[in-house]
Amino acid sequence: MLSDKDRIFTNLYGLHDWRLKGARARGDWDGTAAILARGRDAIIAEVKASGLRGRGGAGFPTGVKWSFMPKTSDGRPHYLVVNADESEPGTCKDRDILRHDPHKLIEGCLIASFAMGAHVAYIYVRGEFYNEAQRLEAAIAEAYEAGLIGRNACGSGWDFDLYVHRGAGAYICGEETGLLESLEGKKGMPRLKPPFPAAVGLYGCPTTVNNVESIAVVPTILRRGAAWFSSLGRPNNTGTKIFCISGHVNKPCNVEEELGIPLRELIERYAGGVRGGWDNLLAVIPGGSSVPLIPREICDTVLMDFDSLREVKSGLGTAAVIVMDKSTDLIRAIARLSRFYKHESCGQCTPCREGTGWLMRMMDRFVVGDAEVEEIDALEDVSRLIEGHTICALGDAAAWPVQGLVRHFRPLLEERIAQYKRAAMPRAAE
Amino acid sequence: MNEDVRTGFEAFQPETFAFDEQSEAEIEKILRKYPPGRQASAVLPLLYLVQNQMARQTGSGWVPRAAMDVVAKRLEMPPIRVYEVATFYTMFQLRPVGRFHLQVCTTTPCWLRGSDKVVAACKQEAGIRGFGETSADGLFTLSEVECLGACVNAPVLQINNDLYEDLDAERTIALLQAFRRGEPPPPGSTIGRIGSAPEGGPMTLISEIEPPPAPGAE
Repeated sequence: MLSDKDRIFTNLYGLHDWRLKGARARGDWDGTAAILARGRDAIIAEVKASGLRGRGGAGFPTGVKWSFMPKTSDGRPHYLVVNADESEPGTCKDRDILRHDPHKLIEGCLIASFAMGAHVAYIYVRGEFYNEAQRLEAAIAEAYEAGLIGRNACGSGWDFDLYVHRGAGAYICGEETGLLESLEGKKGMPRLKPPFPAAVGLYGCPTTVNNVESIAVVPTILRRGAAWFSSLGRPNNTGTKIFCISGHVNKPCNVEEELGIPLRELIERYAGGVRGGWDNLLAVIPGGSSVPLIPREICDTVLMDFDSLREVKSGLGTAAVIVMDKSTDLIRAIARLSRFYKHESCGQCTPCREGTGWLMRMMDRFVVGDAEVEEIDALEDVSRLIEGHTICALGDAAAWPVQGLVRHFRPLLEERIAQYKRAAMPRAAE
Repeated sequence: MNEDVRTGFEAFQPETFAFDEQSEAEIEKILRKYPPGRQASAVLPLLYLVQNQMARQTGSGWVPRAAMDVVAKRLEMPPIRVYEVATFYTMFQLRPVGRFHLQVCTTTPCWLRGSDKVVAACKQEAGIRGFGETSADGLFTLSEVECLGACVNAPVLQINNDLYEDLDAERTIALLQAFRRGEPPPPGSTIGRIGSAPEGGPMTLISEIEPPPAPGAE
């Protein structure tokens, strides 16, 4: 169990002052100039050595991503863009960082930008987080006022400007290239890769897009050392993570814990257990709506990290744990997600634009059982025709929840169909 | 007839729009965020300014067609690019809404915690039959929205810019009544939870907070 002294987000719940004074008392902005003085390569090497993997869902090693940026500028500016478009159903961790620990993020932006040769960074905050964006703006103003950012940031000789940009209600802008399009003033339609943002990103310039949590943990990693961070968690799945536990638990909450904590322990220790007890558990979506659900048998033993969840054909995603007890109409729960993806598809790629609608309409029929048993395979087929056939991962994200349902709960789908047919029979006989 | 789908005529559209002094001051600040020649980046912020100004001036925050043309001109964008953006992003209202825009999340995490009851309570208290409708007194418009990013405090309801959390039917009704009386309560949990901490108080971060050890100390 992680002890409080190893927690990075010491103001996760907002019990303390979020302002600069409070942040400093918690250790933020401590010796930032000395960190920058270590130099770009040393900073990137330390982040690589910590084993930090991106906290936005994909889990790509952060230090490696940073090293893709050109070492020297060819005349084009470099940009850091922080993805605070937190919209993955189940996920509400970045919100806590923005409103309660904004200075961790701001300090992380300075360090990361310096390491990648960027003098400007944008934080793209989802539009609905209005109050959170205001809070962040206020914290940025404090940082400018104190000389921590702006010209000669922290006395380091590095000029650094940081801006907040608000989105306006589009899940797809959480996809990094959709986000860049949106930041440029266009519809949030993802771009084909390559070229990757590190070569051609914002305004056609080298850009790195990182999740809020990934950036906000960087100052602490550099202060306490890669060895400390990598001593937490499990090999290849190092460090701490903010978990969001929602749904049918007695006490839904966010909590920072070590990666690799058993799912059962996470739910029982911090979220007051499953409503009605562990035996009342039906299934869990362990990493935000985009990952396949896992049934109770797997929940009994699975560990909460990238590799463990991958082994059971699901994923850590954003570490948003959506718990469903036995009272849940699981088909309806997944059908609602299909509606979500249908709503949020940007419409650019045909398999996703049309396919998400197909999935939604089929799932709506499966909710009432108005289908043939053979159509379960057709449903699976449709999902496979979307998966991997689109510019961005939204298509995959729409396919996976449905695939998880078919994989683990086919009998439930069959039973619903049989029920519907039984109910329809007498009427047909009349 | 207020609208004609064949001609696109919408009687509620004002013929003109102009930014007021307050908005103009904001525009200057916004444009400084983006490099020269990249002023199109300001299209979302400027559409927000339109919506806020409309709320100030008319009590209804929405983006008229005439305002999109003003934004296009100001940012030197073809008007169609602004129309595209305004229609792509769900937070821009393209027709008048009530003074209080009730945006109830019904995505799975909220649904599991009873968002259906929040929807029903909104309809009952506001006297609204379905999503997209505005109450007869012009106070409330009800919208269904996708995940609002506050899932551990589900179910949640966003009213204008503020999130109200941990709702049930009763508290939703009380909330709407408070808004009607002109006494909106502070946003956040409606059962007194501290942020995203579990009900009853945090289980972690309860020891005295000390700054982490200095570099090299471990």
